[in-house]
Amino acid sequence: MTLNRNTLYFTIMALLLLGVGLFQSWNVSLSILNLCLISAIMALGVNIQWGYAGLFNVGIMGFAALGGLAAVLVAMPPIEGAWDKGGWGAIGGLLLAVISIAIAVFTYKKMKIGKYRTISIVAICIIGFFLSRYIFGPATHAIESINPAKSGYLGGLGLPIVISWPVGGLFAGIAAWVIGKITLGLRSDYLAIATLGISEIIIAVLKHEDWMTRGVKNVIGMPRPVPYEVNLQTTEWFLDMCNWLGTDPIGFSSIFVKICYAGLFIIMLLIVLWLSETALKSPWGRMMRAIRDNEVSANAMGKNVTKRHLQVFVLGSVVVGIAGAMLTTLDGQLTPTSYQPLRFTFLIWIMVIVGGSGNNWGAILGGFVIWFFWIEAEPLGLLLMNLITSGMSEDSGLRLHLINSAAHMRLMTMGIILLLVLRFSPRGLLPEKS
Amino acid sequence: MEDLLNAFFLMSNFVFVPAIAYGSQLALGAVGVTLVYGILRFSNFAHGDIMAFGTMVVILFTWLFQSYGINLGPLPTAILALPFGIIATAIFLLGSDKFVYKFYREKKAVPVTYLIASVGIMFVLNGIVRFIIGPNDQRFADGERFIIKAKAMKQYLGTAEGVSIKVSQGLTVITAVIVVMALFWFLNKTRTGKSMRAFSDNEDLALLSGISPDKVVSVTWILVAILATIAGTLYGLDKSFKPFTYFMLLLPIFASAIVGGLGNPLGAIAGGFVIAFSEIMITYPYKKFVAYIVPGDWKPDGLVQLLATDYKFAVSFIILVLVLLFKPTGIFAGKSV
Repeated sequence: MTLNRNTLYFTIMALLLLGVGLFQSWNVSLSILNLCLISAIMALGVNIQWGYAGLFNVGIMGFAALGGLAAVLVAMPPIEGAWDKGGWGAIGGLLLAVISIAIAVFTYKKMKIGKYRTISIVAICIIGFFLSRYIFGPATHAIESINPAKSGYLGGLGLPIVISWPVGGLFAGIAAWVIGKITLGLRSDYLAIATLGISEIIIAVLKHEDWMTRGVKNVIGMPRPVPYEVNLQTTEWFLDMCNWLGTDPIGFSSIFVKICYAGLFIIMLLIVLWLSETALKSPWGRMMRAIRDNEVSANAMGKNVTKRHLQVFVLGSVVVGIAGAMLTTLDGQLTPTSYQPLRFTFLIWIMVIVGGSGNNWGAILGGFVIWFFWIEAEPLGLLLMNLITSGMSEDSGLRLHLINSAAHMRLMTMGIILLLVLRFSPRGLLPEKS
Repeated sequence: MEDLLNAFFLMSNFVFVPAIAYGSQLALGAVGVTLVYGILRFSNFAHGDIMAFGTMVVILFTWLFQSYGINLGPLPTAILALPFGIIATAIFLLGSDKFVYKFYREKKAVPVTYLIASVGIMFVLNGIVRFIIGPNDQRFADGERFIIKAKAMKQYLGTAEGVSIKVSQGLTVITAVIVVMALFWFLNKTRTGKSMRAFSDNEDLALLSGISPDKVVSVTWILVAILATIAGTLYGLDKSFKPFTYFMLLLPIFASAIVGGLGNPLGAIAGGFVIAFSEIMITYPYKKFVAYIVPGDWKPDGLVQLLATDYKFAVSFIILVLVLLFKPTGIFAGKSV
C-alpha cells in the first residue's frame, strides 16, 4: 500500500515537471527540478531533527547560510596580498575571542561558586573582547581596503567547490552543537527561539563582515563543478551530440548544464537518503523514535535523552548545511540579502509537515511538491487575479493593486496549506510507517 | 560643568529616552507573548505579525480620518484609529482560535503542535498584511513632532547640546504606563482576571472550581489584541511601519519575555527594559560623549562603539543565552524549565 502510494505521488510529481517542460520550457522545468532536489535534502535534514526526535528548529536559514559561507571560503580564489595585510590578524582576533570564551568556561567549571568567580569571568570576557577587537579591527580594515570595488575580502582557498559541501555541513554542525548544548534539555520552545535568534545573527554576520563575504556587495562568479555554457558551445563532442539530437547548441547548452547539476544533486540526495534510511532502521533509529514518543520512559530505560537530542540536532543541521552549500553552488553567487526566513526556514518546515514527518520519502516528496507550487503559484496567482479583475476597467486602482500584490498571495496559501494539513492530515502525504 | 551637562544631554537624547520608549514597546509586546504562554502554554510565533496586522488596520483608518480632515491637533491621528485596529485584531485572533487552536486544545495536543500552528497563522497574517498594504515602509505619524526641541533648549541654556523628546516617545511611555496599570488592575482585581491567573497557575484545579476555559481563552486573545495593536502602533509611530521589521521584533520580544520569566507579566515588562537598554547602550557610538567628559586632547579617534548597530539582534540573543544558561526560569521566576 505504502509502496503504491509512494510510486503514485512521485509519478504525479514527475508528470507535473514534464508538463512544465512541455508547455512552459525545459529550462524552467529543470531549474525547478534542481531547486526541488536541494529543498528535498534540506527537508531530509529537518526531518532528521523533527521526524526522528521531535526537535523544532526554526534556524534552518542560518544553517543553510553557513553552507553558503563555506562555498565562498573553499572555492573562491584567494585575493592577492589580503592574507599578508590582514588575514592573520582577522583569524588571530577571532581565535583570541574563542580562547577567551574557553578560558571563561574553564574558570566557570573550576572555581568555586561565589563573588570571585563572577568577577573573574566578567574580567576575562571584557579583556578578551577588547583584546580581540584591538587585533581584529585594523586587520579587517586593511583587508577591506584592498580594491574594495572588486574584491575587498579575503577570498577563499581556491579548491573545487564540491569540497565546500561537506565543509558547509561541518560549519552548520558546529553552530548546531553550540546552540544545542545551551538549549537542549530545557523546554522545546527555547530551542525554537534560540535557533530563530542564531539564524538572524548568522545572516547579520554575512551581511556586515565584508572582509569575509563582501557583505551586501555579494560574492559573484563562483567556480562551478560543471562546464560553462560558452565552453560547451565550442566543444567538439557537445556539438556532435547536438547534431545527433538535432537541437540548437546554444539553447541546449544551458539545458545540458542544468542536467549536469541535477545529476550531482541526485547523487547527493541518494547518499543522504540512504544514510538516513539506514540510520532510521538501525537500533539507533528505534531508540530515537522511542525517545520522541515517550521521553520519560526512554529516560527510565537509561537513555541519555539530552545527549541523543544533541546528536540528532547536529546531524540534521549538517545535512541542512550541505544543502545550503549546494544551493550557493547552483546560484554561483552568495547574496546575503536573499536569505529570508519565510523562504528558507518556514517553507522547509511546510515541506516536512506536508510530506509526512518521520518519513524520509515524505520529506523528499514534500520538498518537491511545495517547491513546485511555490514557483508555479506566482503565474497561477497572476492568472487568477487577472480572471477576478477582468470585469474592472484597465486603469482601475484596485485592479492594479490586486495584480501587483498577487505575489504575496503565496505566503497566505502556504500558511493555509500548513494549517489544513496539520489539522486534517497531521501525518502528511506519506505517513510514517508504524 | 557645562561639558558634563552637554554629555548628560547627549546621553539622554540618544540613549535614555530612546531606550525608555523602545523598552516600553518591547514590554507591551512581551506581555502579550507571556500571556499567551501563561494561559495557552505555547510560544506564539505569530506575535510580530499580529502587531503588524493591528498596526496596518490602524494605518488604514488613520488615512481614512486624514482624508476626512479629522485629526487630534498636536497628537497623532493614529490614536483615534487605535480602537478600530484593536477590534479588527481581536476578531482575527478569536477567529483563529476558533478555527485553529481550539481543536488542539480539545485534543490536548503537545505544545509544539500549537507552535507549528502559530507558524501557519504567521504565514497567513504575513500574506494578508503584504497583500493589503504592501511590503514597503509606511509613515503615518502626524501632528507635532517634538515635546521639547533641542534647539529651543540650546538657546535657553546656551549649551552646545539640548534635550529633545519626540511626541511619539512621550506618548509611548504614557500609553504604556496606562495600559500596564489597567492590565494589572484587571488581572488582580476583577473576577475574570483572577480566574485567568488561577488558570495559568493550575489548569486542572481551575477547571474543577468551575472556571470556564473558553471564556479565559477568549479574554486572553482580546488582551493580546489590545497589547499587540498598541505596541505595534507605538513602534510604528516612533520609527516606521514595515511588515518585515515587525517579524524581526519577534526575537527581542521573546528575549524580553524569557529574561523576565515566561508567563510572568511583571517580568516581561522588566525584561523589555533590560533588552532595550542593553541593545541601545551597547550599540551607541560614544565618541561625542567621551569627547565631552575627557580633557580636550584625549579625544578618541574611533567611534567608541562596543558593537556595530547591525548586530543589535545579537545583543538580545546574547542576553537570552546568558539567561538560559544561568537562570532558565528568568529573573522573576517564570513557569518553566
